[in-house]
Amino acid sequence: MDHDNRDRNAGSGGSPPGKTPGDSWADGLPKGRRWSGIAWSLLFLLVPVLGTATFVIAPYYDHWLPKDVSVHGKSIDGLFYFILVLTGVVFLATELILFWFMWKYDAAASSKPATYIQGSHTLEVVWTIIPAATMLFLAIYQMNTWADVKMRRPRMAPSVEVVARQFEWRLRYPGRDETLGTEDDLFVVNDLHVPIDEDFLVQLKSMDVLHSFFLPNLRIKQDAVPGMKIPVWFKATETGTYDIVCAEVCGWGHYKMKGRVTVESRADFNRWLARIEAEQKATQRGPEEIPMAAAD
Amino acid sequence: MSTVTQPHAPPKDTAHHDHVATRGSTSLSTFLSTYVFSKDHKVIGLQFLFSTLVWFLIGGLLALAVRWQVAWPWSDVPVLGKLFAQHGGQMAPEFYTMLFTMHASVMIFLVIIPILAGAFGNFLIPLMIGADDMAFPTLNMLSYWFMWPAFFFFGASFFVEGGAAAGGWTSYPPLSTSTVSAPGSGMGQTLWLLGLTMVGVSSMLGSVNYMTTIILMRAPGMTMFRLPMTIWAMFITAILQAFALPVLTAAGFMQLTDRLIGTGFFSPEGNIINNAMSGAGGGQPILWQHLFWFYSHPAVYIMILPAMGMVSDILTTFARKPLFGYRPMVYSIAGIAGLGFIVWGHHMFISGMNPALGITFMVATMMIALPSAVKTFNWLGTIWGGRIHYTTAMLFAISFVSMFIIGGLSGIFMAATPVDIFIHDTYFIVAHFHYVLFAGTAMGVWAGIYYWFPKMFGRTMNEFWGKVHFFLTFMFLNGTFFTMHILGAVGFPRRLADAYHYETFHHLQPLNAFMTWCAMGMVATQIIFAINFFWSMFRGPIAGRNPWNANTLEWTAPSPPGHGNFDFQPVVYRGPYEFSVPGCEKDHLMQTDPPHPAEAAAAAAAHA
Repeated sequence: MDHDNRDRNAGSGGSPPGKTPGDSWADGLPKGRRWSGIAWSLLFLLVPVLGTATFVIAPYYDHWLPKDVSVHGKSIDGLFYFILVLTGVVFLATELILFWFMWKYDAAASSKPATYIQGSHTLEVVWTIIPAATMLFLAIYQMNTWADVKMRRPRMAPSVEVVARQFEWRLRYPGRDETLGTEDDLFVVNDLHVPIDEDFLVQLKSMDVLHSFFLPNLRIKQDAVPGMKIPVWFKATETGTYDIVCAEVCGWGHYKMKGRVTVESRADFNRWLARIEAEQKATQRGPEEIPMAAAD
Repeated sequence: MSTVTQPHAPPKDTAHHDHVATRGSTSLSTFLSTYVFSKDHKVIGLQFLFSTLVWFLIGGLLALAVRWQVAWPWSDVPVLGKLFAQHGGQMAPEFYTMLFTMHASVMIFLVIIPILAGAFGNFLIPLMIGADDMAFPTLNMLSYWFMWPAFFFFGASFFVEGGAAAGGWTSYPPLSTSTVSAPGSGMGQTLWLLGLTMVGVSSMLGSVNYMTTIILMRAPGMTMFRLPMTIWAMFITAILQAFALPVLTAAGFMQLTDRLIGTGFFSPEGNIINNAMSGAGGGQPILWQHLFWFYSHPAVYIMILPAMGMVSDILTTFARKPLFGYRPMVYSIAGIAGLGFIVWGHHMFISGMNPALGITFMVATMMIALPSAVKTFNWLGTIWGGRIHYTTAMLFAISFVSMFIIGGLSGIFMAATPVDIFIHDTYFIVAHFHYVLFAGTAMGVWAGIYYWFPKMFGRTMNEFWGKVHFFLTFMFLNGTFFTMHILGAVGFPRRLADAYHYETFHHLQPLNAFMTWCAMGMVATQIIFAINFFWSMFRGPIAGRNPWNANTLEWTAPSPPGHGNFDFQPVVYRGPYEFSVPGCEKDHLMQTDPPHPAEAAAAAAAHA
């Protein structure tokens, strides 16, 4: 156990190599060069500068929120921008303060001792209460949007049942009787059609593992959980065809669990339904031949 | 000016507890008991350090493989493609799912948690509180050796049929419980769960030890409010760990029995996986998520609080200034830990959990931003008016603050439930937690390594190459991770082997390629660190006891400290941050320095 009684340490003081004597105030640490202090502060100045630049430039290169085509998406995006501005201001302020302190209080820039201060009760109170009030406001401000998207379900029968399965989206429209689970139900895979400007209620299920029903342009994301029927609703505002993405890892084919959602006028939507109905009758396939474990 | 003051305590009984039975044994058994099955907290700490750094490298290479596929999907993978020759060097999608699962699992369970608590906690706690060792040295040794089964299980899982676990590090059932749902859900998942349990055992043994040691073995005069922030952080982390971990362990066993004997805790009725009925049913997949995140959210704080503590200490030393708001800093750590137990549901806003419950978790999550903000402001207050020395350790510590601001602020986006609907499971989340865990914790760990290296090995690391290492890491990490925010804003989803066939994401490949180049640069930069580390261990300039002129107790011990740590039992007279006390002829008063007249004057002035 004597191996550790190393003489080289015995009584050796804290005098580090390279100490430069002769300062009016010496803290015993090697005094750096002023230019290196400036260089390091400028490096940290890059954080707010390039950080802000990235967020300013990205939208011009279409690296930004995909086009929103839903009603509730407006308030989600609005909240996103609100938080972006709020956090942006705090980000800029704190990072610039950090840069300024690094620039100004470089040991090489002054021969004065550091300010001896243990803290400030007033400041602690101020910088606790201001963020607290802000966060509380933010918490209350967003509740309405959340309730619109996830809690205030429109009073209507489901417009479609979406059953997620490794690795596809199985869709079941209620057919002419507007009731799911009857003989005239229409079956489609990966090709969701939605009438524009109408409340649309999806009944989301999973047959096997977790999936997540992600419609980037409609600002919709909801996990599909086996054993649960989860309602998802939205109102589309612009015609076009958009992506359906699976956002919860579901196995090797997760990356290609891709669907498309087509937003179209009521007339086009009805025509499409009629076509599906005709195709289904022509092929003489009833629902019982398509395995739908989750059919109830 | 800066001579070490010898502790003014009566000499302690020099016959330290005989932890290592060396007398009358062969040199092999001496070697084994000193360096392998050692009960000395410093050796155990270094064992943790070396093991976790090796896994850090493995985890980093896994990350590079992930980045390769994201940047250039389906192109031949260099090196790894030959190693796991699958489709002529091309990566299979199930291999990709395994890569990101194991990257996260390795980094979280085999690197971050053990490097903070295991390496730094072990090495620093007795030294910083003035104890000769941990309260339970044997338990301490076991906490390290319980990591080895975990190393084995995780490592071996790469080579079993179906490969290692591939259900994400969160291991959500039914994907993870049903063996037919994915190749990695076979033997690999079982080994993953066993490995996780072993990490848990190790952490629990450590936690019990840390709590006991900090409560019972502080040096005379070392009151709780004279503890350095590192110790406060380790203490509260240990409490978090001890209370949260049993839940994960229980959940892990439930998943194990679901897999092995069909208990069906997490399997619902009538599940058809791969065209086969699965399991007895009667369970609920969301239950796992609650149990998992009940541990794993506090674990997020387990993964950052110790780094926050270390950074606080390093900032004060190199700003030569007392910590701004010591007590608020302590309370905010406690606040983070307390609130950390009631925010786990913010990982589950869109999981199918009751949306009203989501609001509760949202409010709690918003509130946890408070202590984080308080900490950030106090760090800024600490360097305000200081005399900043730009050592490598200080640069890493400052970058921790700068990067934590980004990681903290981006958290507000996902705490807002409506915004989370869009950015959940996208790269925005990936950006957020890499800013906290890599740009935060890993930078804090490097700060800690550069700072305490002299105490660990008696020599200082090369400052020039340390700064090169810092500069390149800092640039590359921001190149890799900052851009992820932009990907997230587009909605680019995580965990997709190839997302470019989606219309929404097809134009994002060039940005991803840029990020992958940065990631490769970042990993390559660590070669500089590795060379500097090992070269300095043997060839670096010899450091005195207190090369940074810091105040805490470990700097009164020899570098490296012998068995039993201190020459004398240190006696503590003040808090850890008495720098630049007015009227005092030297710029710092160590915790062991006897009371100084200038202090009384300063205290009187403060009360006036």
